[in-house]
Amino acid sequence: MSDQAIPPQSASAVAEEPPPSGPRRMVLNMGPQHPSTHGVLRLLLELDGETIVKCQPDIGYLHTGIEKEFEVKTYQQAVTLTDRVDYLAPLSNNLCYCLAVEKLLGLEIPPQAQWMRVMLTELTRIQSHLVWLGTHAIDIGAMSVFLYCFREREDILRIFEMFSGQRMMTSYFRIGGLALEPPRGWQQRVRKFIDIFPSRVDEYEDLLTNNRIWTGRTKGIGYISVEDMLDLGVTGPMLRGAGLKIDARKDEPYSSYEKFDFEVPTRTENDVFARYQVRVEEMRQSARIVNQALEGMPDGPWKADSPHVVLPDREKMKTQMEALIYHFKIVTEGFRVPAGEVYQVIESPRGELGYYVVSDGTTHPYRVHMRTPSFGNLQCTSTLVQGSLIADVIASIGSMDFVLGDTDR
Amino acid sequence: MLPENLRQHAVAAAVEAFDADAVTGGAYDRSELMLEIAASKIVSICGFLKYDQKFARLSTVTAVDRYPAEPRFEVVYHLHAVEQKQRVRLKCRARGTDPVIESVTSVWRGANWYEREVFDLFGIQFVQHPDLRRILMPDDWEGHPLRKDYPITGTRI
Repeated sequence: MSDQAIPPQSASAVAEEPPPSGPRRMVLNMGPQHPSTHGVLRLLLELDGETIVKCQPDIGYLHTGIEKEFEVKTYQQAVTLTDRVDYLAPLSNNLCYCLAVEKLLGLEIPPQAQWMRVMLTELTRIQSHLVWLGTHAIDIGAMSVFLYCFREREDILRIFEMFSGQRMMTSYFRIGGLALEPPRGWQQRVRKFIDIFPSRVDEYEDLLTNNRIWTGRTKGIGYISVEDMLDLGVTGPMLRGAGLKIDARKDEPYSSYEKFDFEVPTRTENDVFARYQVRVEEMRQSARIVNQALEGMPDGPWKADSPHVVLPDREKMKTQMEALIYHFKIVTEGFRVPAGEVYQVIESPRGELGYYVVSDGTTHPYRVHMRTPSFGNLQCTSTLVQGSLIADVIASIGSMDFVLGDTDR
Repeated sequence: MLPENLRQHAVAAAVEAFDADAVTGGAYDRSELMLEIAASKIVSICGFLKYDQKFARLSTVTAVDRYPAEPRFEVVYHLHAVEQKQRVRLKCRARGTDPVIESVTSVWRGANWYEREVFDLFGIQFVQHPDLRRILMPDDWEGHPLRKDYPITGTRI
């Protein structure tokens, strides 16, 4: 293949490098429309035979300017933007943003809302890992796992729909609590799912863990040293697959995670298989947390007692003057947030998710920056695949579990 | 000058002991520590925090546009000490015309993409950056969208 294979817009990106020489050298353009990049990621691979000499990731195809958009929305309106960042973990993003603004406001969130948030973000973690497992298995060549995973994912999405009316863009957490009262009969639905789920994880493991093709494609593949990962800003299951026990749920507990009993799974092999094991174990641990939340769910209000911020009940609005005034004020102009800045970090399914919210005392955020785990993780791509065979690139980048919406924002 | 009430924070005190001129201010607000650093000292302070104070991770680099105030830009760094479970925010100022600041890629390689993002969206130049080009916007894009004077609606003709 000659240089002509590279699309013209990439000319500036490759021009800095001397063109590869020798008969075995070539530049291969992978993506942006490649089924294994799960979105629109473009990799420029420089090959020596079948070995990767150099890899240049090219991102930005899904950039939608969400951070700019935050600045013209009121604080409460902006919740809907956070879903669209990481579309496989909408509730994790809702949660992180709400926690940041609540920290600015100094709001106290009632226990039921906190526990409900924990339960739903753990279900989000399970469904995100399910999508990862299914698609990663397809990439490597195991079609049936995908069907099994999406069977359970559908159950979780139905639970989300029950709560919020939406399968994916939930926006169920709001500043000050939840968007709606938990629906009638949610306990039975979640119970039914969580009782059966551990046996379903066993099914995935039956299909994969001792599968010779699976282990052959994943064991010993995708090694990257811990120092490199820390230096390059990698977080989440990749670090835990290398033996580092970093998890914001334990290290910097939020939303009453300290009240739950769960393990942070780690492996030391530091390869694609270890990351697979970590994520499978995380699904089991998340199921444990959901179980605990289900059993110990506290009673009481599901939104904070703060009439300046939280919309009043419909009934009160019809009978009380103040409630009507607050409703009008919140809906028309929003609520003011004291000036200041916070950086809130949570553990999303992909790693460290951080929202940096700057307020200037008005009803709109002055600046919101999202530290997304996919962006940090993708940065290690070139180090990760360098020196490996081209056939292993798919397994390696698949093990990072990035979402391009999360990367490009 | 480090504000008096920050001396009790070990990290703030250590930074001041390392280089008193570098610290131009700071705050402890909502249990988060923020230090304002003179822009010319950012690399040495980051090196000190990484190797001496165990802030092994650079969580993120971003910027805030304070238009029309001058100096206009704040470049914001969030550092994370994994074992101590500690975080600190560093802030540097950059002027409005041809904003320039030194890159911290020599301390953390991971700063690379974050600084490219700030360059792309705010137009702040990072000196000594190995590969400073746009990352999210197209290569031929004009303007820097996250600046406050960049229009939010309408298309350019």
